[in-house]
Amino acid sequence: MPKNSKLKSILIIGSGPIVIGQACEFDYSGTQALRSLREDGIETILINSNPATIMTDPSMADHVYLLPLTTKSIVKILKEHPQIDAVLPTMGGQTALNLCIEADEKGIWKDFDVEIIGVDIDAINITEDREQFRELMEKIGVKMAPQATATSYLEGKTIAQEFGFPLCIRSSFTLGGAGAAIVYEEKDFDELLTRGLEISPIHEVMIDKAMMGWKEYELELLRDANDNVVIICSIENMDPMGIHTGDSITVAPAMTLSDRTFQKMRDMAILMMRSIGDFAGGCNVQFAVSPDDQEDIIAIEINPRVSRSSALASKATGYPIAKIAAKLAIGYNLDELQNQITKSTSALFEPTLDYVIVKIPRWNFDKFEGSDRTLGLQMKSVGEVMGIGRSFQEALHKATQSLEIKRNGLGADGKENKNYDQILEKLQYASWDRVFTIYDAIAMGIPLSRIHEITKIDMWFLKQYEELFLLQKEISTYTIDNLNKELLLEAKQKGYGDRQIAHMLGCLESQVYNKREELGINRVYKLVDTCAAEFKAKTPYYYSTFESDMETTDGKRYADNESVVSDKKKIIVLGSGPNRIGQGIEFDYCCVHGVLAASEAGYETIMINCNPETVSTDFDTADKLYFEPVFWEHIYDIIKHEKPEGVIVQLGGQTALKLAEKLDRYGIKIIGTSYKALDLAEDRGSFSTLLKENNIPYPEFDTAESAEEALKVADKLDFPILVRPSYVLGGQGMKIVINKQELEKHVVDLLRSIPNNKLLLDHYLDGAIEAEADAICDGEDVYIIGIMEHIEPCGIHSGDSNATLPPFNLGDLVMQQIKDHTKKIALALNTVGLINIQFAIKDDKVYIIEANPRASRTVPFIAKAYGEPYVNYATKVMLGDKKVKDFNFNPQLEGYAIKQPVFSFNKFPNVNKKLGPEMKSTGESILFIDSLKDDEFYDLYSRRTMYLSK
Amino acid sequence: MKYQKRQKAIILLADGTIFHGKAVGNKQGTAFGEVCFNTGMTGYQEIFTDPSYYGQLMVATNAHIGNYGTNSEEVESDSIKIAGLIVKNFSYEYSRDIADSSLEDFLDKNNLLAISDVDTRALVSYIRDHGAMNAVISTEVDNIEGLKKQLAEVPKMEGLELASKVSTKEPYYVGDENATYKIAALDIGIKKNILRNLAKRDAYIKVFPYNSKFEDLEAFNPDGYFLSNGPGDPEPLVEAQAVAKEIIKRNLPLFGICLGHQVIALANGVSTYKMYNGHRGINHPVKNLKTGKGEITSQNHGFAVNREEAEAHPDLEITHVHLNDNTVAGIKMKDKNCFSVQYHPEASPGPHDSDYLFDQFIENIKNK
Repeated sequence: MPKNSKLKSILIIGSGPIVIGQACEFDYSGTQALRSLREDGIETILINSNPATIMTDPSMADHVYLLPLTTKSIVKILKEHPQIDAVLPTMGGQTALNLCIEADEKGIWKDFDVEIIGVDIDAINITEDREQFRELMEKIGVKMAPQATATSYLEGKTIAQEFGFPLCIRSSFTLGGAGAAIVYEEKDFDELLTRGLEISPIHEVMIDKAMMGWKEYELELLRDANDNVVIICSIENMDPMGIHTGDSITVAPAMTLSDRTFQKMRDMAILMMRSIGDFAGGCNVQFAVSPDDQEDIIAIEINPRVSRSSALASKATGYPIAKIAAKLAIGYNLDELQNQITKSTSALFEPTLDYVIVKIPRWNFDKFEGSDRTLGLQMKSVGEVMGIGRSFQEALHKATQSLEIKRNGLGADGKENKNYDQILEKLQYASWDRVFTIYDAIAMGIPLSRIHEITKIDMWFLKQYEELFLLQKEISTYTIDNLNKELLLEAKQKGYGDRQIAHMLGCLESQVYNKREELGINRVYKLVDTCAAEFKAKTPYYYSTFESDMETTDGKRYADNESVVSDKKKIIVLGSGPNRIGQGIEFDYCCVHGVLAASEAGYETIMINCNPETVSTDFDTADKLYFEPVFWEHIYDIIKHEKPEGVIVQLGGQTALKLAEKLDRYGIKIIGTSYKALDLAEDRGSFSTLLKENNIPYPEFDTAESAEEALKVADKLDFPILVRPSYVLGGQGMKIVINKQELEKHVVDLLRSIPNNKLLLDHYLDGAIEAEADAICDGEDVYIIGIMEHIEPCGIHSGDSNATLPPFNLGDLVMQQIKDHTKKIALALNTVGLINIQFAIKDDKVYIIEANPRASRTVPFIAKAYGEPYVNYATKVMLGDKKVKDFNFNPQLEGYAIKQPVFSFNKFPNVNKKLGPEMKSTGESILFIDSLKDDEFYDLYSRRTMYLSK
Repeated sequence: MKYQKRQKAIILLADGTIFHGKAVGNKQGTAFGEVCFNTGMTGYQEIFTDPSYYGQLMVATNAHIGNYGTNSEEVESDSIKIAGLIVKNFSYEYSRDIADSSLEDFLDKNNLLAISDVDTRALVSYIRDHGAMNAVISTEVDNIEGLKKQLAEVPKMEGLELASKVSTKEPYYVGDENATYKIAALDIGIKKNILRNLAKRDAYIKVFPYNSKFEDLEAFNPDGYFLSNGPGDPEPLVEAQAVAKEIIKRNLPLFGICLGHQVIALANGVSTYKMYNGHRGINHPVKNLKTGKGEITSQNHGFAVNREEAEAHPDLEITHVHLNDNTVAGIKMKDKNCFSVQYHPEASPGPHDSDYLFDQFIENIKNK
């Protein structure tokens, strides 16, 4: 059936603030859905309370409502827009589905004559109500793990007695496995059962017999109204059952499935999707397969919506699931749509890959001191990276290189663990580093069979690891001078970085690089094209690899490179890598807007990023997408290939900024604020000299590189003292100490985890008020885009504090100081682009805490609150395309906008929830209030010291 | 365990283009055939043993081949039928509980030459742009001129009859002899899973050599007739076309798959042609024009039925089309009990979306 012409206006529900288990993948899906509906001339109305998203940009939908995700907001919107014909709730994760159900139960959709599209309520209910789901699966003959539902403590105990241990407890109607746990022993059961029941909004848990060690798979499906179903992607979890799929290392396509078993699984998935209801849209199904000669398949769960995995599958295959799912929801059939990559073949098909992708989650356990770092049924990661390669090994290496955890890849970087007992323990209790530990275990000589016995990871993966290690061992017998081309090429094909190879050979990274040049071993770029090159692709979505040569009839010998360089002027935007606390979706927002602005300014735009959840890695965003680690070697090769006019580093957070120094050293132009200025702002000594010269006050401070020095500094500065490392983000390692013992301990701790760092020690202004300003500067003029005041007193990280735009109680005198200081600093630093400055205000005097000449976390918030495209402006200023005075600034805001941090503490039950200078929140939401008399503001204000530490 | 160095090997195309790689298992040798690619991500063993691939050098586009070893039950004929194998990454080590050998051993047992570490993506793009052509894979990397000479003598696929090379020499039976239906199947390269699918539907099948006469088939007293898939050009298969004509003349239930489908078209006077690249994979979209529904299908063909002629033919109706290029994917005869599809409802490898065609054949037999 063609498009349903009755649908003219559609409401999309977003997923709200970022929390663990529901992150920016829903910004990607929502953004795609909005674009997709727009293409069809449909009016779009969006509700989402998360201001850091791209989807909430005024340009994305016809009407954007930055409102709390409540039925009250829904009613308000429906009253203002009686023309809304339908609601699409499948793009905003479980939050959106839950809100949709609530509104349905309250009869709101019916009252306003709004049709639910993309899913049906029964399907959501069936899949979320485990008991109903189980009954249905039994009816259609799909096997599941032995399972029972308990709505009371007593019921739970009875079930445990029947199943025995280990078993899994899962709470009904929760996100990202909240409240889920594996219980190995009876003694832990009571506590976990009680918690599971408490977390579930309907006081219900499911208890399953644990299928530990079974192989885990996911399939991504699309179905149209004509009941055509296609499988977009198969994903294999390298970590078998027992670890939440969001915390598992996953691989696509499935690596160890025979056709027979895969087709059986495909049949089951299709049967399941058809059984849960009659709807057109996307769906995710999870399975477990017994690792024995039976190859039994059991269903784990089905989600009738786009998901984290569907975002990954879209990036993994090039098939934009959310975009197509939105089209299916408005009535199109798959055979009426085009393959978005080839633009010549049908969307009714199943993508095929001629490469491998590996996803590795990114954890932030260091932010949750005291948390249980073991992986299990409850998701704990805050972000993820994806590596694409022409082999599993290459993809795995690229993913590890993307993580930004100071590793260069697997092994060969001097950071290997060599403690036998520790290795065995780390294999047993998987945490963030198991992916590395497996390599270390092989290097240590622990038999694969033993590693398999402990981890249950399929032997095929372990053999791949082993092959890597054997190659490392072989190369280590050579020197840079006698290493041959074949071996070096093989090492590069298997993903080893130049740095790692240098480590093996005992030489410099640059020597390996030069050797590669000399031997003609160059990175080539291949397309992600959905079809393994069967058809010509139109979409410039690339990844790098190393290939064997081909030779043409006229004697030319080369490795085939598909990325053709145009003669247009180009700009590269460096992305922000995996999401983590302190560097999240805000920076993706900035990167995407930077790309769009550069495009408007007439540049060919090139995006480099490795985060599969984001809009920046949507192949529709930049003119060219390189899905690559934001890692020096990869970036430098792209720059050499593309020869851009320059590189934008100030939009991608610390990830991109960190690379500025090396770019500068290699003579690559940094667009906007120079490396010198970036470095000046980061270097406390020179920066304070700059402040002094400009008569700008700052808290007394000094630097130290050892505990001894720090103690000496403490003699000069009064306690409390704020200690922090330089070049970090989100207040990592930042602490307020009140005496010498504390100071010494913290300095020793810090220098152990971040060796050779220069530590900054500030006198801490106790009881001060904090504020921050963001500004755009072109080197001559400065425009302050917004000033925000923190509601909590000084001492809580800016990312964790509630803040108002504009300030709620700063006097004219203070405001004037803030403005003056901001302008002076921006100019003194020769800022070209964005700058963020943080202030502490005590006794009506404004002190500078720090200045960052780059896009900050607050820029998207201010842009949304004022309805102005500040990143767009700043990018044009950076490029020299426009001056500050060329813009007609016109911020619109009645009353105040409050930024509220959102935490994911429920995923870490034993963690201290106290807030301090180190950031802990995972997301934020925006709240508009008319005046300070608003109850919500009053409430926040009265609670402002509640979580404060010391 | 120690690092294994592999010897050099190449693939040389008929137009002189060379792709470099390494010899799987350090085997020496040379193999000729028409180079073609398969885009399936699973089912390599089924593909290698599919008789339709006889005489072809197979490029597997999936990044890894051999991961789950081989299993004696997952074969489509009794031996490997491809002429040679070209892959990116070859898995010497495999992991599957029910596998009985590694792919390397399986290839060895069948004496098949394989090369790995080839930029298969560049190779596929090249074939896509330049069309299917003959090629040679060899470890004689220093004998390019010699290989070129030998390659020039390899016959073109067009006009090539290959069914005789893969067909059974003697008739044989499949299924339960007390089954409800009896089916005579003409083997011009039949896949085992077709026979399994028929047997599963309560049929007893007698499989006949490619050059059997209609009378031979008729003597089995079958309820229905089946024309199998197979390799090569359908045009030279005059004996099979004659059999098809007889069946059609008598309006007996007839079902054809792939090469069998082409033979039925030829028997109706509709021509076939060599495709630029052919369809080989398990993700091919087909639309059933009767129901309006899509099917994801397994395909493997280098020849196709002329669409204009089929459309213009008074007795024929196009029932299925390939959604990517609108080629003919299925036909039926308007007033006869005869239908056929270009793709593989038996899958193996591939999706089971088109299973219903076997049911339809049984229905046709019931309602004859």
